[in-house]
Amino acid sequence: MRLTGWVAVVILAQSFINPALGELPEATMLAYTCAGCHGTNGSSVGPASPSIAGISREYFIESMHAYQTGNRPATIMQRIANGYSAAEIERMADFFSRQTIMRPRQTHDVEKADFGRRLHKKYCELCHEDGGRYPEDDAGVLAGQWETYLRYTLQDFLSGQREMDKKMEQRLDQLQADHGEQALEALIQYYISEQ
Amino acid sequence: MAPLNRRQFLALTGGVFAAAALGFPGNNSLGAKRRIVIVGGGIGGATVAKYITMMDSYLNVTLVEKKTTYHTCFMSNEVLSGVRDIASIEFGYDGLEKRGINVLQAEVTAIDPQAKKVSLADARTLAYDACIVAPGIDFRWDAIEGYNERIAAQVPHAWQAGPQTQLLRDQLKAMRDGGTVVIAAPPNPFRCPPGPYERASQIAWYLKNHKPKSKILILDAKEKFSKMGLFTAGWKRYYGYGTDKSLIEWVGADEGGEVTGVDAKTMTLHAGSTVKADVINIIPPQKAGHIAFAADLVNDLGWCPVNQQSFESSIHPDIYVIGDASVAAPMPKSAYAANSQAKVCAAAVVAKLHGEPPPEPSYVNTCYSLITPEDGISVAMVYRLGADGTITKVEGAGGLTPSDASDAMRKREVQYAYSWFKNITHDTFG
Repeated sequence: MRLTGWVAVVILAQSFINPALGELPEATMLAYTCAGCHGTNGSSVGPASPSIAGISREYFIESMHAYQTGNRPATIMQRIANGYSAAEIERMADFFSRQTIMRPRQTHDVEKADFGRRLHKKYCELCHEDGGRYPEDDAGVLAGQWETYLRYTLQDFLSGQREMDKKMEQRLDQLQADHGEQALEALIQYYISEQ
Repeated sequence: MAPLNRRQFLALTGGVFAAAALGFPGNNSLGAKRRIVIVGGGIGGATVAKYITMMDSYLNVTLVEKKTTYHTCFMSNEVLSGVRDIASIEFGYDGLEKRGINVLQAEVTAIDPQAKKVSLADARTLAYDACIVAPGIDFRWDAIEGYNERIAAQVPHAWQAGPQTQLLRDQLKAMRDGGTVVIAAPPNPFRCPPGPYERASQIAWYLKNHKPKSKILILDAKEKFSKMGLFTAGWKRYYGYGTDKSLIEWVGADEGGEVTGVDAKTMTLHAGSTVKADVINIIPPQKAGHIAFAADLVNDLGWCPVNQQSFESSIHPDIYVIGDASVAAPMPKSAYAANSQAKVCAAAVVAKLHGEPPPEPSYVNTCYSLITPEDGISVAMVYRLGADGTITKVEGAGGLTPSDASDAMRKREVQYAYSWFKNITHDTFG
């Protein structure tokens, strides 16, 4: 990494004394390169690339590492993630975790969304708190996430291409055993209905 | 080094760099408002205007653009196939005006680097502290005999989108089934390296569905091209490439592919042999946009050399050149590259006006190409500044869609291409 003396001093000083001072120049510089696909400051205008504004720091880092190791299916993200060091990924994580996600209105089925809301409460809320909008649960932001992205992600989990933890696997199995495939559609309609 | 407390830190940096870290919000420590004049309202120009105001809302930013709206060249190939309407690639400047940027509809005729003034065609002048030039490309009208700006109104290049795109679309629609479409692809370097081949794919999609007896002939000034393996595999799969029934035929430079002349009256092209066509699309050899020449910003090859950390011209200080016109290889001349360079340049310009060195840059390029409406491919790369001060690919990063990607993943790439289109245009003009 090329750091001039001054920049190094400032980065060191900032990381020790006052994170509230604002973003390091390098964090914004790194994060701005994502906007072409994920939107200005990480709020995507859709239809498939997800919003990463307001993402949990841990989940961002975990995701980038999963892309780097090839553990998470992706079209382009593995190739992009390989371009960044662990320290750079942490800086981007800091930046995006501090942004406020914009949730554009998405067309949804009101009845299914209402059913989905009830299903979410019963099966998902324990880990995806506050309707999947609470980033500190260290899961991805589901509330107001883009529909196409949610569909792809769910497909990857269900096909086994993307690993999920035991708890989630059990919950999803139970959900489908109790309510069939329509339950998955209802959940998607609920998440995209959230503002 | 011992950790500093906040007071020591501020004393050390004089508070100015702390402001730099914050992006200079409402910073009025500079006295009179500093003036930034941006020449050109394409992807590079519009992005740099937006990001400068995001980094320092106190600067006076003026964007000068001749046209009232901008048509993106990217996704314009979908207009040719009829998949997309031309209105969907047209963008205005309201978003930038709402951010407090002065958008001036005017033509720049000269830039005086000594007096630091931009001259407009209507005789007005604009003084600047920093001038950012984003002129895009111009064509080498003298490169192909019989082809010039006037003939382009009949034989479109469609490499600057808008009326030219519509003209080519209209000609494809009017063409008889069984006709021949010739695409003359330019030598390197040029805007959007995969573009001519995505264009062939999109036109082939249209012909396959509407005029299946027709044919596309790509006459190329090069011996190979961007994403060549993925394109030719896609053409084999959908368009019979390599068979005598193929919708697409490609002739490289070593087989006489370079077009040297065109006769618009007889619709004839001169390359290794003479070819008659029903629709001709000439994508001419290219150079930096006109104003880069008028302002003495170009090298012998017709492109603008810059400091790749700041995009400040190597020829004239306080003038910056971004996007297609700049020398930024290994970054391609693409919209994503222009958008990424604009942010690096914005940060460097703002830092300089605050007496600071340019920050450490980071750059990305991503280009999608659509072979059919359900099959997309991409190329991506992450760059940083190398030890020698030039833009360098990050080792192990980037690359093409894997050749063994599943159909489902290729279909997803189309949706991600549309997302890229929506987000990059919003990030630029919104």
